[in-house]
Amino acid sequence: MSARSIFARPARFAAVAPYLWMVLFFLVPFGFVLKISLSQTAIAQPPYVPLFNLTAGWDAIVAALKQLSLDNFRLLVSDNLYITSYLRSFVVAVTSTLILLLIGYPVAYGMARLPQRWQAFAMMLVIVPFWTSFLIRIYAWINILQHDGLLNKVLLALHLVATPVVWLSTDSAMYIGIVYSYLPFMILPLYATLVRMDPSQLEAAADLGASPRQAFWLVTFPLSLPGVGAGALLCFIPIVGEFVIPDLLAGSASMMIGQTLWLEFFANKDWPVASAVAVALLVLLVPPLLLYDRLQRRTLGGAG
Amino acid sequence: MTHKVGRISPFNITALALGLAFLYLPIVILVIYSFNASRLVTVWGGWSLRWYTEVFNDRATLEAAWMSLRVAAVSATSATLLGTLAAVGLARGERFKGRTLFSGMLLAPLVMPEVIAGLALLLLFVALDVERGFWTVTIAHTTLTMCFVTVVVQSRLVSLDRTIEEAAMDLGCDPLQAFVRVTLPLIFPAIAAGWMLAFTLSLDDVVIASFTTGPGSATLPIRIYSEVRLGVKPQINAICTMMIAFIAVVIVIASLASKLSNAQGRSAAPL
Repeated sequence: MSARSIFARPARFAAVAPYLWMVLFFLVPFGFVLKISLSQTAIAQPPYVPLFNLTAGWDAIVAALKQLSLDNFRLLVSDNLYITSYLRSFVVAVTSTLILLLIGYPVAYGMARLPQRWQAFAMMLVIVPFWTSFLIRIYAWINILQHDGLLNKVLLALHLVATPVVWLSTDSAMYIGIVYSYLPFMILPLYATLVRMDPSQLEAAADLGASPRQAFWLVTFPLSLPGVGAGALLCFIPIVGEFVIPDLLAGSASMMIGQTLWLEFFANKDWPVASAVAVALLVLLVPPLLLYDRLQRRTLGGAG
Repeated sequence: MTHKVGRISPFNITALALGLAFLYLPIVILVIYSFNASRLVTVWGGWSLRWYTEVFNDRATLEAAWMSLRVAAVSATSATLLGTLAAVGLARGERFKGRTLFSGMLLAPLVMPEVIAGLALLLLFVALDVERGFWTVTIAHTTLTMCFVTVVVQSRLVSLDRTIEEAAMDLGCDPLQAFVRVTLPLIFPAIAAGWMLAFTLSLDDVVIASFTTGPGSATLPIRIYSEVRLGVKPQINAICTMMIAFIAVVIVIASLASKLSNAQGRSAAPL
């Protein structure tokens, strides 16, 4: 019997407490979301018709099961409000992810090409803004983008525009906010794959007659695709459900699905519909979540 | 020709500089304007500390800040404990039933939209009929941030040479002793980094706190958020600058501490 397997046994028990915690506070709550998404709205506190009462016996449970309804989900597919919110979330997330890639890739590439001793410093510079509050960073942009804010002052001074541009409550402001907040999440996985790349592969490409541009597109870029995938998913998935950024920076004309959920929950007090919105959003996010899980597992490694 | 490959080009430097400027400029502007004497947030009226004194006279903001600090301290500590245990179980334990589910549950919150997690936890608290406030927010933050701690500590454990642990056991340590005396000091920088990450994430969160808190117990981000919705105010610039300064001090202390323990141990924490 090797020392490793002796050590492994107690290590397994270390997982018991966090396991139970995650089941109780992560898995079980989704059961409640599902349950309430299938129940009827009621003007009460809490504002839904209770479904199960396990103490009331079998008949009551059967009666409760009969009460389950898909009405909330029917509403989701029949009301344009929800469909347009889902679509808008998807479009915003795809667009933002593409912009993030376009900005993040050159930065990560530049970082990976820095001399060794500068790389740690550059990495720290990218991570530090991530430590400052994300709300503060959004607020900082409101300062800059407001009507007589710094951006308009600079644009006017440079005579690039004749009158101040309306930035706040527009999609441009929202995209600036999203790209700004998620940039480190894009840069770090990209940098991680780019820095691991063996420079001799590029030298080989050059020896075989590839121009630097060809070498990049034929060697570097394909090899960095796992990083591109990880960064893109790490940004795409949370952006789909983003609430604070579109709420503070975008106009109120069209909403993302996170805003719709928030509105149903806090303003309309319609918990069943809010739950149905959450369930549908979660189902739509399962494929990218699984993909992200697989990519992470490959990079994190560990036993098994 | 080949020696040119891999060199830094002006393009690389420009991309890097522009990217970093984009990341830092807004924060720098915010900090500068928090010292603005003028009531108008866009007009520079000279240096002044008046907005800082106003913040310290604002009871609601101070109470919210105190609530946030307590939530962050308690949730970061319990998240670090649970997250480290989870990392040890995943990186060192043999395969066990439900391991895939476990690691899935720990990875999902890293990217899951906050509105979903917030709503789910609130519905649990309502179903359990617990009074919402400090403890519900703390539990919610523990759940979300322990996943980040797990990732940080796990990646350190995976890169750690296991033969050191085996050597300790060959020399007569039982597994627990080997862990406490050998592994724990080596992964300590990662654990410290995990705690810091959990602390700042908790201090930062609006969405989950909004769902899980009760009436009358707002956290600082909830308060800032409701003020920001009404427009830019110089007081908020001052609050934000203080938060940035606070986090900066915590980071400096933590990196000094990890440098100290690096001098004794080995390589740096991943974050």
